[in-house]
Amino acid sequence: MIELSIILILMIIGAVVAMEIDDLLSSIIALGAVGIGLTLEFLLLRAPDLAITQLVVEILSLIILIRATIEVNKPLAQAVSLQKKIMHLAYFCFAIIFVALFIRFSYLAIRQLPDFGNPIMKMGGQYAEQALKKTGATNIVSAIILDFRGYDTLGEATILFTSVIGVISVLRLSGRKR
Amino acid sequence: MKEENGMSLIVKRITRITVSLIFLFGVYIVLHGHLTPGGGFAGGVIIALSFIHLVLAFGKDEAMNKLNESIASIIESIGGLMFWGVALLGLLGGYFFLNILPKGEPFRLFSSGAIILYNIAIFLKVGAGLFSIFIAMAIFRMPAGDNTQEPKKR
Repeated sequence: MIELSIILILMIIGAVVAMEIDDLLSSIIALGAVGIGLTLEFLLLRAPDLAITQLVVEILSLIILIRATIEVNKPLAQAVSLQKKIMHLAYFCFAIIFVALFIRFSYLAIRQLPDFGNPIMKMGGQYAEQALKKTGATNIVSAIILDFRGYDTLGEATILFTSVIGVISVLRLSGRKR
Repeated sequence: MKEENGMSLIVKRITRITVSLIFLFGVYIVLHGHLTPGGGFAGGVIIALSFIHLVLAFGKDEAMNKLNESIASIIESIGGLMFWGVALLGLLGGYFFLNILPKGEPFRLFSSGAIILYNIAIFLKVGAGLFSIFIAMAIFRMPAGDNTQEPKKR
């Protein structure tokens, strides 16, 4: 499991770079590196369905982001005064304190969890035993999300529909009044 | 030579070959969603990506002739209604989302009853929906006939 940790560290570095870099296009590329790292993690954890979906959605969102930001490709940073620098230092110290507290309490909480790969509930075993018999689908992920958990997929489809309606009605060309 | 839309000649020539392969791979991912990894969502995004590929390479006018925004919204609505319809079909056998179609034998293309229909419905919905989002966010903002990547040197 050492490769998981290496990719995780690379993803954290990529996320920090994406937040801190001045150039907008470089920031998007760093974000893409984080997404590709997540794809590799899914592949190493043997979840090819998630890996395929993550890869294609990552590519689509990168295309949309680059297309949307390529005209406003200006550096974001401006000269900051001394007072703002002191405020930034104070924010940084607060952030360090809260991150330390978060790590401490999440360590306490994670120690109570079952081991990696041993779920709390017994549903997973039931699904794995009965999916082929009850649905006839050999891809258990499809059997779960489309048959056992059909309501979840219906809700997800409704969310997508609503978001498309929202984007189109905000950004449409015709029917817009001055 | 009339005015250029989209990217250079090399990109256009390669795109003519690759777009159909990407589309075919998306259809494979959708139709085999109950047998191999993949499914309606991933396949729909791949097919939306193939149309986005066309828009990026050929400019918006040529690609919008093949699939424009109103057709995309109609296809998305058809996908949503098809998902509901197949789910309502389960009411004939007892309850909502019941898989009453014949199961077939495993590892065949036409097996697993309604799951392949759900996959096709989600594919129509996701593909058309994400293509509409791309068009809205990337194309509507541009003035007509303007493309950011214009090849000028030859």
